[in-house]
Amino acid sequence: MKTWKFSRKSLGIPYAVFLLLFVALPLLVLVYYAFTNGEGHFTVSNLTGFFTDPNTLGTLCYSFAIAAVTTLVCLLLAYPTAYILATSNLKRKQVWLLIFIMSMWINFSLRMTALKEVLTLIEGNLARYPFLNAVVGMTYDFLPFMILPIYNTISRLDGALIEAAKDLGANDTAAFLKITLPLSVPGIISGVSMVFLPAMTNYVVLDMLYNSTYIMGSLIGSYFSAYNWHGGSMIALILLAIIIVFTVATNGADDSDRAGIGGALL
Amino acid sequence: MSRSDEHIIELKNITKTYDTGFTAVSDFNLYVRKGEFITFLGPSGCGKTTTLRMIAGFEIPTEGEILLNGKNIASLPPYERPINTVFQRYALFPHMNTYENIAFGLRQKKMSEDEIRRKVRRVLELVDLEGFERRSVSTLSGGQQQRVAIARAVVNEPEILLLDEPLGALDLKMRKEMQLELKEMHERLGITFIYVTHDQEEALTMSDTIVVMSEGRIQQIGKPEDIYNEPKNAFVADFIGDSNIFNGIMTGKLKARFSGGEFDCVDDIEKGTHITAVVRPEDVIIVPPGQGTIDGVVTSVIFKGIHYEITVESGKNEMVIQSVHSATVGERVGMKVDPDNIHIMIAEDHTNYFEADINSAFRLEFNGKVLDTSVTKIIRGSKRTEDGQIVDANGDVIDPRKMRIIAAIRPEDIEMTDQVDEGLVDGYISDLIYKGDHYSYVIRTDLAQDFIVDDEYLWNMDDHVGLIMPTEKMSFRLKK
Repeated sequence: MKTWKFSRKSLGIPYAVFLLLFVALPLLVLVYYAFTNGEGHFTVSNLTGFFTDPNTLGTLCYSFAIAAVTTLVCLLLAYPTAYILATSNLKRKQVWLLIFIMSMWINFSLRMTALKEVLTLIEGNLARYPFLNAVVGMTYDFLPFMILPIYNTISRLDGALIEAAKDLGANDTAAFLKITLPLSVPGIISGVSMVFLPAMTNYVVLDMLYNSTYIMGSLIGSYFSAYNWHGGSMIALILLAIIIVFTVATNGADDSDRAGIGGALL
Repeated sequence: MSRSDEHIIELKNITKTYDTGFTAVSDFNLYVRKGEFITFLGPSGCGKTTTLRMIAGFEIPTEGEILLNGKNIASLPPYERPINTVFQRYALFPHMNTYENIAFGLRQKKMSEDEIRRKVRRVLELVDLEGFERRSVSTLSGGQQQRVAIARAVVNEPEILLLDEPLGALDLKMRKEMQLELKEMHERLGITFIYVTHDQEEALTMSDTIVVMSEGRIQQIGKPEDIYNEPKNAFVADFIGDSNIFNGIMTGKLKARFSGGEFDCVDDIEKGTHITAVVRPEDVIIVPPGQGTIDGVVTSVIFKGIHYEITVESGKNEMVIQSVHSATVGERVGMKVDPDNIHIMIAEDHTNYFEADINSAFRLEFNGKVLDTSVTKIIRGSKRTEDGQIVDANGDVIDPRKMRIIAAIRPEDIEMTDQVDEGLVDGYISDLIYKGDHYSYVIRTDLAQDFIVDDEYLWNMDDHVGLIMPTEKMSFRLKK
């Protein structure tokens, strides 16, 4: 009989078990529920139901709008910050960067509770501006995830490229628009994918802000708490499909840009 | 090629001091003639790149003027100067293809698409890259990227083309080819080239004029032949080609004493003047012992392909010789040099240089005495590891015993003493001159090494003295 020998591959076994139990298996269960009805028969009614129900479609659009606006606001705040940080000749840049992302270190519920109090103080009644509050909360929570990748991309840019552009007759604005901005697209894409997708689903932010509007995450939650496993699973599956499409699309752009930069460094 | 006397660019009293207080370039004065190929040559950190960057507009001089066709452009931004640069690592735009890279400068000038296409095509022909328009620059080889970088600069028809060590990233064969091509391109385009390199051979091959720089200052400006044959000081002699450099003294009319012998020379310099003598390795003739000016013992012979490199030690002096004839290690030989081939310079500075040994404990030793310093203090960033090895700043293990250390000490920092044993070395006073407020002595050791010592007191000729040299007054460097 062959005796079992410890190899490097066996180090992967614990994770493989984890993957099987907590990722692959639940996914299969999810697919099963999504395409069956209460009697356990195959059906696509959950799918058609999602796209015909004005409520679910409305929530999808609403989530999309919150995520889009949050992403845009994050981008507008993060890009100048990251750009200034990365291009300045400040000493101890890393410390400055830490200050900007330090909010991540404070406990999430504490942060959100504080934000809720501040917003209440300003707006009086939080229910008046649900959309705005959702965007503010999400931005507060996700901004560091936008700053970091953009900062990294810009600070890795070869300064000689900017000098070359100026040498060839581009003034500061032209050099920024034609060199820095296009070359920081990979950072922007990572930032966007790290903000946009969570912003579509992270309903805990809304809960903490006593926001009763529905986004995709809260919708799924409500289906499950009403014991509608089949409808909830389908929504989760649709969301998963959206995420996969988005990730594949952005990764493609990301890779080609990285290859370009890598080639120039060789 | 037309090379007029018109000065296209003139640098006047340029000084660049950084916020950190470091002065990269000081009191730099230079004019460049229209159409000239001029090279800034020097070791890294000599200020050559900083000077180039000031001409390009990336750095603003702290003091001085840069006159382009008589107009001061020192504070003009780079995009307003009719000057283009070929960058050290090309700095091609990775998100644009070859065509767009080259067209970048023309687009800034809002040129019509037709004209851009025509100009890009013409310049691609010039650099032999026809058909590469759509290629992504990251798929090009190093040599091709280099050509795109040149094309991108010259397509703008600049008045001056700046080249910052453009061939540094290429392999030797490629570099040789590009040298010739650049030279040819210079002739064809008639643009003024300002070239920066640390490679003396590259400078000698390509330039009309070479500016040798060291520590932010111009050491010598001249044609390649002049720089090679008539170096102005010990630095230039050492940097351009292999040289034997000796401290010495004029002992009579057309007679100079250095390396333990009295040589005939052609430079008429007043007797008693301290000099630096330069002898090129290829100019030393090996003769039977006793028949040359000096004798010595062969310590190493290395075959170099077209010649042998023979090192001969006479006393503490060393002579490197290039000869087509081999020699045997340990053999005693005589050496002579044709008077025409001895280049004598009046020593501006009489700093004494001597070679120190490294002992098994990694401490410096000279004349059998241990100096109060260690290798780790001399090699910047190096330290001793627990297992007794020396690692450099990058963490690589180095063997200091393979290195040689040159110690330098100024004449006024050496003290003479009657207590011969107290000195690091001892010797006899072989020469003295009164220099107004002090005497300048030459002390010759038993190994025929000369030290120059300044002292305010009068000693006698042939006095036996010890030389006290405080370690803290010495400076050390690695011999290259």
